[in-house]
Amino acid sequence: MKRLFMIVLAAGIMITSGGCGSGNREKDVVIVYNWGEYVDPDTLAMFEEETGIEVIYDEFETNETMYPKIESGAAGYDVVCPSDYMINKMIQNNLLMELDFDNLPNAKANIGSQYWEQARGFDPENKYSVPYCFGTVGILYNKTMIEEPITSWAQLWDEKYSDDILMQDSVRDAFMVAEKLYGYSMNTLDPDELQTVKDALIAQKPIVQAYVIDQVRDKMIGNEAAIGVIYSGEAIYTQYENPDLEYVIPKEGTNVWIDSWVILKNAPHKENAEKFIDFMCRADIALKNFEYITYSTPNVAAWELIEDEEIKNSPIAFPDLSLYPNLETYVYLGEEGDSLYNELWKEVKSY
Amino acid sequence: MNSKRKILAAPYISWSVLFIIVPLCMIFYYGLTDRSGAFSLENIIAITSVGHARALRRSILLSVISTFLCFILAYPLAMILTGMKKNQHSFIILIFILPMWMNFLLRTLAWQTLLEKTGVINNILTFFGLPRLKLINTSYAIVLGMVYNFLPFMVLPLYNALSKIDENVINAAKDLGANKIQTFFRVILPLSVPGIISGVTMVFVPALTTFIISSLLGGSKVLLIGNVIEQEFTQASNWHLGSGLSIVLMIFIIINMVITALFDKDGEGSAL
Amino acid sequence: MTNIAKKIYVSLIFLFLYAPIGTLIVLSFNASKTRAKWGGFTVRWYLSLIQDETILEAFGTTLLIALFSSLIATVIGVISCLAMSSMKRKTRTVLMGITNIPMLNADIVTGISLMLLFISLGLKFGFGTILLSHITFNIPYVILCIMPRMKQLNPSVYEAALDLGASHLTAFFKVMLPDLLPGILSGFLMAFTMSLDDFIITHFTKGAGIDTLSTKIYTEVKKGIKPEMYALSTIIFLTVLILLLLVNLAPNRERKE
Repeated sequence: MKRLFMIVLAAGIMITSGGCGSGNREKDVVIVYNWGEYVDPDTLAMFEEETGIEVIYDEFETNETMYPKIESGAAGYDVVCPSDYMINKMIQNNLLMELDFDNLPNAKANIGSQYWEQARGFDPENKYSVPYCFGTVGILYNKTMIEEPITSWAQLWDEKYSDDILMQDSVRDAFMVAEKLYGYSMNTLDPDELQTVKDALIAQKPIVQAYVIDQVRDKMIGNEAAIGVIYSGEAIYTQYENPDLEYVIPKEGTNVWIDSWVILKNAPHKENAEKFIDFMCRADIALKNFEYITYSTPNVAAWELIEDEEIKNSPIAFPDLSLYPNLETYVYLGEEGDSLYNELWKEVKSY
Repeated sequence: MNSKRKILAAPYISWSVLFIIVPLCMIFYYGLTDRSGAFSLENIIAITSVGHARALRRSILLSVISTFLCFILAYPLAMILTGMKKNQHSFIILIFILPMWMNFLLRTLAWQTLLEKTGVINNILTFFGLPRLKLINTSYAIVLGMVYNFLPFMVLPLYNALSKIDENVINAAKDLGANKIQTFFRVILPLSVPGIISGVTMVFVPALTTFIISSLLGGSKVLLIGNVIEQEFTQASNWHLGSGLSIVLMIFIIINMVITALFDKDGEGSAL
Repeated sequence: MTNIAKKIYVSLIFLFLYAPIGTLIVLSFNASKTRAKWGGFTVRWYLSLIQDETILEAFGTTLLIALFSSLIATVIGVISCLAMSSMKRKTRTVLMGITNIPMLNADIVTGISLMLLFISLGLKFGFGTILLSHITFNIPYVILCIMPRMKQLNPSVYEAALDLGASHLTAFFKVMLPDLLPGILSGFLMAFTMSLDDFIITHFTKGAGIDTLSTKIYTEVKKGIKPEMYALSTIIFLTVLILLLLVNLAPNRERKE
């Protein structure tokens, strides 16, 4: 028997031993930690070509999975692109470096003033972060599968759509939906409110098809589900792929978020990190990224370069936020708040 | 000469102290302290909180079911394989191990394609005018994934144990008047116990602690204890809680090891 | 059980085991990029695989890690088996017990414990940490394969060699090693496979910008698997299958002749 096992393994080794290697190269590098599919790979290649700095690129799926890696400090990243509340948490926990805006001329010139203003919510003096993308969270639904107009988060609790509903698999986004449904703040720490919200999410669970993150996109395009919670940036892309899809911001209000570039305090390649961020803020690069990832860009210079008027004035990509009531941005809840949310989320997920 | 040879153990002993013992001690350290570093049982007791207890109960339930299913499926198979002609069964066993060369994440993922709402199985059902089944994102899908991934771990030790049984013993039983059923229950089954034990261990432990199968086939709707621990480390960054729950998990594994050790007296050999 | 029933049963199990693999192979020829739809037959993914640096790099890393970790584990394993065979029974049992820990323990616990260790040692996560962890969980498999052979060895042959004037080293290489070789080889190959297939421990001990095939697939699962990945897996699988067939059918034919 053992000999047989050996033969199988031997067979395998023969074919595999001719593989190629990838040693550790000592070159000028910048190590970037970003959301999945959140940059046009061409722009990374352009950066490498123009500056001679190699980009080591790594991806995370949620703010929550990103944070422990940064906190432990073992991974050695330079540049990260977290969301608002997470940036606030990182500032409070002393993980970020103050930026030297003299080295970031493109960022200063190209990012719209309203976005700098908005960013003060989590980075009060605009010292640590450079806005990269922004957007809302809303409902994406398939018009061929859902006949009535979708206007409210409550419709995610409608049994008609049982097994056709996709929820976000990250604690803040999932709770936000239910909190807004009840008219609570998405940053509430009130125990009674949170209990109600938790019960609502548990009640919803049987009719939810799956809790997903980036997979919402593929599942909605592939008609696997009829209705789902999605980031506005994904909505534009999914509509390209499947014109039956429609994005709405529910009437109860939603989350307005900004993802910004930050440099870590212990970044091993600080100068390269600055070069990288500034490069990303160049109008042509920001435009290229916008066209590839379809997430709204706060880069006004890039916005002006958009040729397609329809996109330029798209209410999804560049919404007039004053039209929507009850918009909020996540706030860092503190260690206790975080673990309270986590505890409740586990109760929902394990139910 | 002997003492000289013993020095040769130094590299391995230091290796296992550094990379096996010390890391385990660290889990115990983190599991038994709180964030301020003070001793606390809070992270162990945390297993009784609603979410954790449910996750653990479900993990135990699903892994027991999968282990049982694996056993039921694998035993007849191992017997059939043992009964085959020498040159034939070698080939069949090779084919049996072959799937392990396809990456296990991909293999599990392929089940998504098969089980999905618009997946292969449901399309076949629709084609024959049958109603669609809800397969993916349920506990059933997870059990299926566990059985699929861990079945070889059950078959191989069983086969190993069964093929070691001396045919003369079986013949003797028959000569003494035992019928097939009696021979099976009185002779074959007891003699294959070491194989059963190591098979059960090899299926139960990974099934109890998996977090990938549940996240790939469960649509994150079914939370197992493995998922909780993984998330404590990769999302909540609460190492203390994660370590505490790992200690609880290890208690189950140790119970399993003790049972194994009790039955598996000749040791070392039958693990695979 | 009749023969037909037996055959049906075995084929059903094989169907169960191979259905997903068949699916993956079919998907590698699927012109549509999503899993959900069949978009016609294509070999495009096989061609673009050659240019896909990230997948090839992950493949390369996987092989390097597997090769180095199993080689180092084998060397350490052989040496420690030599040492253990001359130990007192009690010490040996303790050491074997420790050896068994990574095998019997849950992968997730092993992975986490190593992660905690590396962080507290201040190591930079990357190729090195993955390699160290893989060596750690590979050594037990090597020892497990060699120890039984070791016990079967006749110590007097080795001593005879010494009496005839061979040094310990010569005696080891000329007398012991040939007898241990099958065990060493199977230990090495077992370690190699285990390392190749590992996901969980790598998941916890990998750093920025380095991926093995498993961790690469894990990140891709979330955003949709690149079809090139199916192509690569199909190539690996079919190659192993063909080699197996060759190795297995060849001796049969000889026997007949």
